[in-house]
Amino acid sequence: MTAIEQPAPHLYDEMLSSEGVHPHYQAYFQWLENTPDASLEQKRREADTLFRRFGITFNVYGEEEGTERLIPFDLIPRIIPASEWNQLELGVRQRVTALNRFLHDIYHDQEILRAGIIPTEQVLTNQQFQTAMLGVDLPGHNYIPITGVDLIRDNSGEYFVLEDNLRTPSGVSYMLENRKMMMRLFPELFLTQNVAPVEHYPNLLLETLQSASDADSPCVVVLTPGRYNSAFFEHAFLAQQMGVPLVEGADLFVRYGCVYMRTTTGPRQVHVIYRRIDDAFLDPLAFNQNSMLGVPGLLSAYRDGNVILANALGTGVADDKSIYPYVPDMIRFYLDEEPILNNVPTWVCRRQEDLTYVLDHLEELVVKEVHGAGGYGMLIGPKAGREELDKFRQLLRSNPANYIAQPTLCLSTCPTMVNEGIAPRHIDLRPFVLSGNEIKLVPGGLTRVALREGSLVVNSSQGGGTKDTWVLEDAPC
Amino acid sequence: MLSRTANSIYWMARSLERAENLTRLLDVSHNMSLMPNSKGGQQELLAPLTITGRLDQFRECYPQLNAETLLEFFLFDESNEGSIFSCIQSARDNAHSVRDKLSSEAWESINATWLELRHRRQRGISHEGAKSLIDWIKQRSHEFRGAAYGTMLHNNVFHFMRLGTFIERADNTARILRVKLEVMESQHNSNHAIDFYQWNALLQSLGAYEAYHVKYTGGLSTRNVTELLILSAELPRSLRYCIGSLMSQLTAIEGDQGLAAKRLCAELQARLEYGEVDFITHFGLHDYLNDLLRRIHTIGEEIHRSYWEGA
Repeated sequence: MTAIEQPAPHLYDEMLSSEGVHPHYQAYFQWLENTPDASLEQKRREADTLFRRFGITFNVYGEEEGTERLIPFDLIPRIIPASEWNQLELGVRQRVTALNRFLHDIYHDQEILRAGIIPTEQVLTNQQFQTAMLGVDLPGHNYIPITGVDLIRDNSGEYFVLEDNLRTPSGVSYMLENRKMMMRLFPELFLTQNVAPVEHYPNLLLETLQSASDADSPCVVVLTPGRYNSAFFEHAFLAQQMGVPLVEGADLFVRYGCVYMRTTTGPRQVHVIYRRIDDAFLDPLAFNQNSMLGVPGLLSAYRDGNVILANALGTGVADDKSIYPYVPDMIRFYLDEEPILNNVPTWVCRRQEDLTYVLDHLEELVVKEVHGAGGYGMLIGPKAGREELDKFRQLLRSNPANYIAQPTLCLSTCPTMVNEGIAPRHIDLRPFVLSGNEIKLVPGGLTRVALREGSLVVNSSQGGGTKDTWVLEDAPC
Repeated sequence: MLSRTANSIYWMARSLERAENLTRLLDVSHNMSLMPNSKGGQQELLAPLTITGRLDQFRECYPQLNAETLLEFFLFDESNEGSIFSCIQSARDNAHSVRDKLSSEAWESINATWLELRHRRQRGISHEGAKSLIDWIKQRSHEFRGAAYGTMLHNNVFHFMRLGTFIERADNTARILRVKLEVMESQHNSNHAIDFYQWNALLQSLGAYEAYHVKYTGGLSTRNVTELLILSAELPRSLRYCIGSLMSQLTAIEGDQGLAAKRLCAELQARLEYGEVDFITHFGLHDYLNDLLRRIHTIGEEIHRSYWEGA
């Protein structure tokens, strides 16, 4: 079998501990030991060919030739015992419930602001706050049918929430395709281990979207910016799996306050739009006038309650990095419960005392732009040179409200196939949460892995890869 | 079904059919070019250029016409919108934008063809020889058709796909016939050897060589070839067959949008179904074909107007 590089002792590794192999990885580890490395290498090539052939790709902006790229897929699964998953699931449900309550509140009575829990200007002057949503009543008060919560583990093995993705979280298609690939390549593993299934996700998604509308048999569509969008594969995949039309803005139009799509048999009314387009591009009449992606008049049809958007307009205000530090307070405020999942300790640079601390400890911290995404516009203190630190000091002083800072976290590692064999690489986890009449999750999620040694950046746009995530039923823990 | 989806599917199918037709044509031209000039080889090289209307474009880019330059122009030349490379690329682009409407087998087939074609293009024609490239493309075309036939619902998506296939195919058959006719008329001699190879080439480029010999005994005759390629109810590339299929696809598509296209198509279908080869000869084959092409073109325009400009 391939040599497995030992994880660094100060990090938490998903498979190996100082005492040996974690109990829930025992069976897999034994299998791995008995598998010749040539066979693994061959499976890896097979997986690459298949992903390429299936066209399971993402598009990279600004590269002319070969813009469709494969996301590197790692053969070694990340395994989570059921008991641990159950706890995670409770925590994630609690969090999503509170965030949804928060969204309804700030677009209605704003009790949390009046109670002084979150500084008012932080919410009302937020770029993602949509005044158009003030007083709008959504069926079931449901703002976030689809969320993706990013989780990491620190070196003690404890889970932390890194980020809530409440706008258009992507990656669920890779979760499903990774599973399909693993079952194809390693059927013997699935025969002997109780890996909880995730394949019913598209059914749950469709149910969730349908339940958002009062119409008798609601017409659901997936709205994509088109095939050059980085997540186009996912848009097409979900539309196909749900058996609903994949539409672009130009396929839709608004008449008499309702939304229709252009079909070969004439106009057909649309009731629910699972939109994978940002707020700013949804309606050129209301937002970005130059955008060709959206549908003129959509906003007014939406405000009139004639069409449902999933997720709702203006949800971005709640997954903003400047709001993130307050989520535990939201849970206490709305649910009167203690948070099950921890936040990563966060310094909010708009607070003077936090800013002072951050400037003094810049070398130890990770600094992020409040609206940044995809691993761009951030400073990793311990890895930064003099010049970069100075640059960020200036940025922080000139616009502190634009930044938060967090301690450099020791993301847990998981053995991963690399050129030299199998070596520990940092990972995170994004479970996908569906909120309809009730909150549903499939047991699993997308595990992203930073393929470069020592790197903490797992984003696919920065060369990160993915792994299949197994929740093992009846696993020892 | 979304109008845009129907449009993409239709053009995907047209591009694929165009690529396959072109492959047959190249195959025949290639074979003929290997023959001594006296058998009409040079004329044969011109055929794909005149049929596709790209003679001027070719002359601008290539100093001379021979088997090699012709293949390069039609197989891999990206600047030639009508090359097999461009057709497959455009078919794959269309398929990509509506991949959720194709079965995964059909999508994978077209995607794999595209990936492999790019690879082969990099290696160049000389690497494996023109013949095996041509065979490979034909095979891939069959595979896609098989995958689509066998794994997709025969619903609107499928009907629009077949609509694209048959309108392209009808157009192709009529064009090939017209050009061959001109070539043979221009030679207006009674050299049986040339005639023989020309008729052969015509039949082969429409995949009808074997069918001819199943249906007709004796040698090749203008009358029989005309009858087979225009009026046969059994030959999948005859005009009657294509227009009949076009009609059944149009009828199968849901809704009342396509009335004008259906009316025109039904008229044409009746002409072919009740047509007689003696009538065609009397009318003049050349004029008859021109009339057919005009009608096919109008049906295509009506399809556009009804299904994707209507909503």
